[in-house]
Amino acid sequence: MAIPGQKELTALENFMEGVWKQNPIFVMVLGMCPTLAVTVSAVNALAMGVATTFVLVCSALLVSLMRRIVPKEVRIATYIVIIATFVTIVDYLIAAISLALYEALGAFIQLIVVNCIILGRAEAHASKHPPAWAASNALGMGIGFAVALFALGAVREILGAGKLFGIALFGPDFQPWVVMVLPPGGFFVLGMWLLLFNWLRTRSPAAGAMKPVEGHGHG
Amino acid sequence: MADASLGQIFLATVLANNFVLAMFLGLCPFLGVSGKLNTAAPMGAATTFVMLVASLCAYGLNWLVTAFGLEFLRLISYIVVIASAVQLVEMVLKKYSPALFRALGIYLPLITTNCAILGVALFQTAREYDLLQALVFALGAGVGFTLALVLMAGLRERLNLASVPNVVQGTALSLMLAGLLSLAFMGFAGLGMGE
Repeated sequence: MAIPGQKELTALENFMEGVWKQNPIFVMVLGMCPTLAVTVSAVNALAMGVATTFVLVCSALLVSLMRRIVPKEVRIATYIVIIATFVTIVDYLIAAISLALYEALGAFIQLIVVNCIILGRAEAHASKHPPAWAASNALGMGIGFAVALFALGAVREILGAGKLFGIALFGPDFQPWVVMVLPPGGFFVLGMWLLLFNWLRTRSPAAGAMKPVEGHGHG
Repeated sequence: MADASLGQIFLATVLANNFVLAMFLGLCPFLGVSGKLNTAAPMGAATTFVMLVASLCAYGLNWLVTAFGLEFLRLISYIVVIASAVQLVEMVLKKYSPALFRALGIYLPLITTNCAILGVALFQTAREYDLLQALVFALGAGVGFTLALVLMAGLRERLNLASVPNVVQGTALSLMLAGLLSLAFMGFAGLGMGE
């Protein structure tokens, strides 16, 4: 199905690309809005990560299957309609599974449509590769996104509320660092994570494969 | 919410619930285009305009899908209409102001994937604003976005002259700066919320 040759290795690399080397949040700095808005707690962050992964994989699969039928001129519009369809499905699914979660995430579930990671994958990868290839790459991206969201959500919940998954970690004397669950905290924690990655990169030249975070997000 | 006065809606959206700094909408152009003051302002203006158009379209569309009981099509129809509106703005700008068109570059088509635009449409639906309220809300969102963008651009221009450690440069620094700006905007919390 995929490219012949060192298939085993490249298939793994293809999958791992999104998880580590091109991590959508920490390396490419894409999809910032849901990242910062929903990561006030670890549960919200994970739910958002899973929802986004679902949309990412499904849309990559469909875009890849349709890559020979869709005319070049209307491809972006087609992708957006495909993505919006899957987001609508996720929206109704989450509302059916957990109303509390649905209310906590609010409009940000529907805003997955404009998460540029998804459109970016559809345009840059899925439209040029066979379905299995595209789906595994999208799955890697989704996992990378979910892990990063969880990293942010966990730090913010621990610092801002003294809890993880709603379980109190510290004694009753713990003073919550409230600013961490407020909007500024989102910027600070993400900035700190990026700092950590920058620092790791400058320390080990071997990791030079990761591109410097000079980029910016869009979407 | 639906009976909030127009002034309250405007103030709350511009300052207390600033789209960028308090609600995390439209961060991408915020981090991407805020490098220079002279591209930040036009970008803000273009986004505001698209927001107004999107708000108007979304109001009509919402009425339409509700009338026909097709609520599940709401999201899809919003995004398609917004994408077309952006295309229109792009063509107009290309014809009348090619210099600005070039300056905005890739960010212009990316207004489509600017969550602030879709955010306006979704929030006005969720809060059941009427047409006038929706338009004021969109204007407030646009002004708030422009304000955040211009402030950030000003700060970053100054920052270019400062000497910061290599590790901190780039996005990490911008995020810290945005955090501080956001902290400052927290001071407006509660403004425009009055009963």
